[in-house]
Order: sequence, then structure tokens, then C-alpha cells
Amino acid sequence: MSNDIFVLVEHRDGAVAESAYELLGRARELAAATSGAAVALVAGAAASLLASQLGAASRVIAVEDASLAEFTPAAWQAALAPLIAERQPLLLLVPNSGSGMDVAAGLSAATGLPLAAYAVDVAIAGGSPTVTCQLYAGKINVRVRFDGGRGIATVVAGAFPAAAGQAAGSPAVERVAPAAADARIRFRRLIRPEAGGVDITKESILVSIGRGIGEADNVELAERLAAALGGAVSSSRPVADAGWLPRTRQVGKSGLRVKPKLYLALGISGAPEHLEGMRDAELIVAVNTDAHAPIFGVAHYGAVADILEVMPALTQRLGG
Amino acid sequence: MELVVLVKQVPDLAEELEIDASGTDLAREWMSFVASEWDEYALEEALQLRDEAGGRVTCLALDTGSVDELLATCLARGADRAVKVGAFERGPDSHTAARAFAAALRTLPHDLVLTGVQAIDDLDGQVGPLVATELGLPHVSVVTHIKLAGSAATVHQEYAGGLVAEFEVDLPAVLGVQTSREAPRYAPVSRVRQIMKTAEMEQVDVAVAAGSGLTIEAMSVPETGRAAEMIAGSPGAVADRIAAILRERGIVKA
Ligand SMILES: Cc1cc2nc3c(=O)[nH]c(=O)nc-3n(C[C@H](O)[C@H](O)[C@H](O)COP(=O)(O)OP(=O)(O)OC[C@H]3O[C@@H](n4cnc5c(N)ncnc54)[C@H](O)[C@@H]3O)c2cc1C
Repeated sequence: MSNDIFVLVEHRDGAVAESAYELLGRARELAAATSGAAVALVAGAAASLLASQLGAASRVIAVEDASLAEFTPAAWQAALAPLIAERQPLLLLVPNSGSGMDVAAGLSAATGLPLAAYAVDVAIAGGSPTVTCQLYAGKINVRVRFDGGRGIATVVAGAFPAAAGQAAGSPAVERVAPAAADARIRFRRLIRPEAGGVDITKESILVSIGRGIGEADNVELAERLAAALGGAVSSSRPVADAGWLPRTRQVGKSGLRVKPKLYLALGISGAPEHLEGMRDAELIVAVNTDAHAPIFGVAHYGAVADILEVMPALTQRLGG
Repeated sequence: MELVVLVKQVPDLAEELEIDASGTDLAREWMSFVASEWDEYALEEALQLRDEAGGRVTCLALDTGSVDELLATCLARGADRAVKVGAFERGPDSHTAARAFAAALRTLPHDLVLTGVQAIDDLDGQVGPLVATELGLPHVSVVTHIKLAGSAATVHQEYAGGLVAEFEVDLPAVLGVQTSREAPRYAPVSRVRQIMKTAEMEQVDVAVAAGSGLTIEAMSVPETGRAAEMIAGSPGAVADRIAAILRERGIVKA
């Protein structure tokens, strides 16, 4: 048992992911409060080589093996569960990413450590962690404690500033071999997104539509508004899922992170998975029929109105 | 192919959520419930896979005393079998739910277990990986594009930036479904009603330890941080004001 704060580090193509810096920054602050260490936990074929990118950690545990060359949930769980059970950190922080949510819940069941999901804040109170979790698509926050004082938290992207976790230096590395292997899931290939005609990460004005657009025919209203504004149309996930816009226009957790000058959020509820892709936009204007939509929590201006009426009216005002 | 789908209900976000007097729970008295969106994608995928490969789709829901309509809707959409699991006063936490589903699955044939990648209320994590680990099965979350190939399945797992990994997974396995290849099929209300009157739902008793290992200290409505300045009035007035704001800020030409 220790008072250490572990961070599960995600990486791809030899580079540590932004999430690792967000979590390491916070882990350092928490470790100072527990008199423990902020420990970066990295799994991979050459995990120890990433230590030079993890200067904010007090030390690095590199779980290294050729079988960990590519992420699979089974291999990661087999390699990490015995290690976590043995080391008993006070807290294991895992990014709430596509792979992180898989690994964290598996580790919780395998180790018996409780799991707090969708964390937006983590603190230390009376020597043990308290975690604030965002539930109900961002409508309710729940603050929890782990009954045994130790546990795992999956942390939403953007919950903590990455800058606090970016420090120079190459901490000491402890290399460990995975305690067990599990090849029941085999990595086949990585599919990279096809470059679309429009790169929404480069546009300075985005007219972004959500499920509130109602039907495919209404997308044209957004296209006209975007044309009048000199911008492009982007969307939430359900619009891309329905095939009304190409996947390359999707903003959010499994889409793209954008930071335009203007983000018009039209008929988008503001689920955490969407917010993580656009909350840093310079100006956010949201229109939604639901006065309690979480999107109004990040918007600078909001209106409770029907987008099917506001879009053509605004297009006309802009001379479109 | 024995396909099993784990389904549940969650509070309807179309209605306002309120926190009760204890400050640690939702005011549940008047709350209305809907099927969890991602579970609906899981069911649709299961039905599509059965239609391709043959076999049977069994839907499991924890028995909270009010899941007949949920399961009847699964049957109306084309599931072959519906089973109520255990007896619960209300929907339990994910860890308890996973133990109960795992106990039921030990008594039911299953090649592929599908459930929603997440639910809006799973405070203590996603049920898919929890059930899988209870049963010692492999699991993949955030899954799309499921294809069956003999005793394995290939699936896509989605990451940030539109990156996707393709995995081959040995069966039996548990998958957390992100979205279905087609929108979930529609079940006419009349058919759901008819099934609720006539269909016998099966029941599996389970005895499991309850608890997630978390204690809720407080619930709150998130602070809006930089509370939006709200624009009132008709759609025309809203458009006027937005146009004015964009001109003031030089985003569009005056
Ligand atoms: C692993 C994972 C990754 C995900 N990745 C992403 C992602 O990258 N991007 C993403 O967006 N989501 C993502 N999601 C999905 C996310 O959880 C939400 O389901 C999604 O963001 C909801 O999209 P929405 O706001 O368009 O739809 P809804 O939540 O259904 O909201 C529609 C809104 O429109 C409003 N509305 C309806 N009609 C009108 C009208 N006429 N005028 C005005 N308002 C109207 C409603 O009040 C409502 O607020 C992901 C989920 C998971 C589990």
C-alpha cells in the first residue's frame, strides 16, 4: 500500500497523449497533499522510452513486452491488474477515452478497487480521494468517496490543464514484465480518418448542428447559414451517425477538437463527449429549445428557441 | 449463434432532473424512464447479426418491477427471448448489476454479449467490462462494425480524432456498443402493448452481493461557470441580436 497517485499513460506513435499531461498535473498536486508520489504507468513494447516525455512524474513504471506493441483491452488488463492489486496506489487516474474506459472498468472488477467514472474533479480530503463525477449527460454532478479510501477514477478530457503536467526531465524508470498475457483479443490494424474536403479544425467559423436539426433535409438550412457567415458546417455525433454529414465534420470525443473564433451550437444538448471537442472556442452561441441543456453551461450567449426558425432568420439578417 | 443483450432504463432527460431533500439522490417519485440509448444500438446490432448468421437474440433486464415494457419492446423489435433477472427495488449500481447479469449468464447460453457502451447514470463504470471480468471473458468497448467470423468476431474500437482500431476477438466475448449500422428499428406501440398482455417473460433468480464501493457525499446541478447571457424574444429577435453580436465582435462585416 502507498499514498501514491498513479496515472495510466496513453500514447500513440511514440508520443504521449494530451490526457497524460492533464492527469499528471493533477496527480502531482494530489501527491503533494498525500505525501506520496505521482507515478506514471505506461504499458507498451518500448514503454520505458516514453519516460523522457513524462518529466512531471516522480517515477515511471514501464510494463514492457513485445505482446504490448498495440493496445488491446485484454492484454492491458492481464498486464496491469496484478500490478495494481500488488502496489495498491491511493488512486489510479485513467483517461475516460475509448481505451481508458475499457481498461478502468476491467481493472475495477479484477482488483476489487471501486471505480468512479466521468470524473471532472479529484481532490484529497482527510487523506483520501474525493471524486466529482458528471452524470446524466452533464446535467448532474455527484461527489463520491471510495469506501476503502482507495480507488480508480476515469477522468473526462479537459478536466485539468495539460500545462501543469508538462515538465522537463526524465524520471527514474522501473521496468516490469507483464504478470500475465491474454491474446484473446488481437489487434488487426489502425484505420486513420480519410481527409475530408473541409478541415473543421482549420475553420474559424463553425455552424454546428445536433439532433435538434430533426431531419436530413434541414441540413441545408445550416449550409446556407454557414455560407452567409463564411464558415463551415460541423455536427454532433448523432448527425454523423445518421449519415447526414460526413464523419470528418464530427466534433467531440470520438471526432475532432476544434477551437474556432465562433461556434454556433444549434440543437446540440452539450453532452460531455461533445463539450470536450469545442469548449475552448473563443465565442460560443447556443440555440436550444431546452432551457436546461448543458450546452448553455459553456456558451457565452444562449437562446431558448427553435433552430429551424432561427437559422433562416439569421441567414437573412446576414444578407444570405 | 447465441446473442445476449443487456438492457436497462435510465431517467428521461427530456424532463428536468431534481435532487431530493437528502442531497445525495435524485427525486425519483415523478421521474419517467426511457430505454438507455446505447442499449438500443446494442439490440439493433444483435438483431442484424442474427439476421446474417442465424441464431437467437435473448434480452436480459434486471427486474426492478417495471421492466415489462422495456422487454416487450425488445420482443416487438424482433428479440427471440426476454428474461428478467433477480429482484431489485430500483436499478442498482453498475457493479451490482454486473454481478447479477454475470450470475444469470452462467445459466444461459451466450456466444456474444452486447450492451450499450455506457449509460448516462453509470457512476461506477460501464457494465460491459464489469460483466466480462466477472465471467472471465474478453471485452471491447466503444465498438462499431461488428462482424462474425467463425469462433471470433472483428470489431472496430473508436478513439479521439476519428482513429479506429480493428480487433479480432475470440468468442464468447462482451462488447460495449457505440452505435449500430442502422438506426434502431421501430416497434409499433400496439405491438408492444399486445406482447405485454400475452407474452410470458422468463425469470432468473440470482443472489449477489450489492454495492459499488462508492459512497455518494453530495449531488449538485453543475455550476454553469461562465453562465451564458440569455437572449430572449421571438426567433426573429434572437436572430437580430446574434447578428448584432457578430458584427460588434467583427466576426461578420458591419
Ligand atoms: C465513447 C463515446 C464517444 C462519443 N463521442 C462523441 C463525439 O465525438 N461527438 C458528439 O457530439 N457526441 C459524442 N458522443 C455522444 C454523446 O454522448 C451524445 O449522445 C451526443 O453528443 C448527443 O448529440 P446531440 O446533442 O446532437 O443530441 P441530443 O443529446 O439528443 O440533443 C439534441 C438537442 O436538440 C434540442 N432540440 C431538439 N429540437 C430542437 C429544435 N427544433 N430547435 C432547437 N433545439 C432543439 C434538444 O432540446 C436537445 O438538447 C459519444 C459518446 C460515447 C459513449
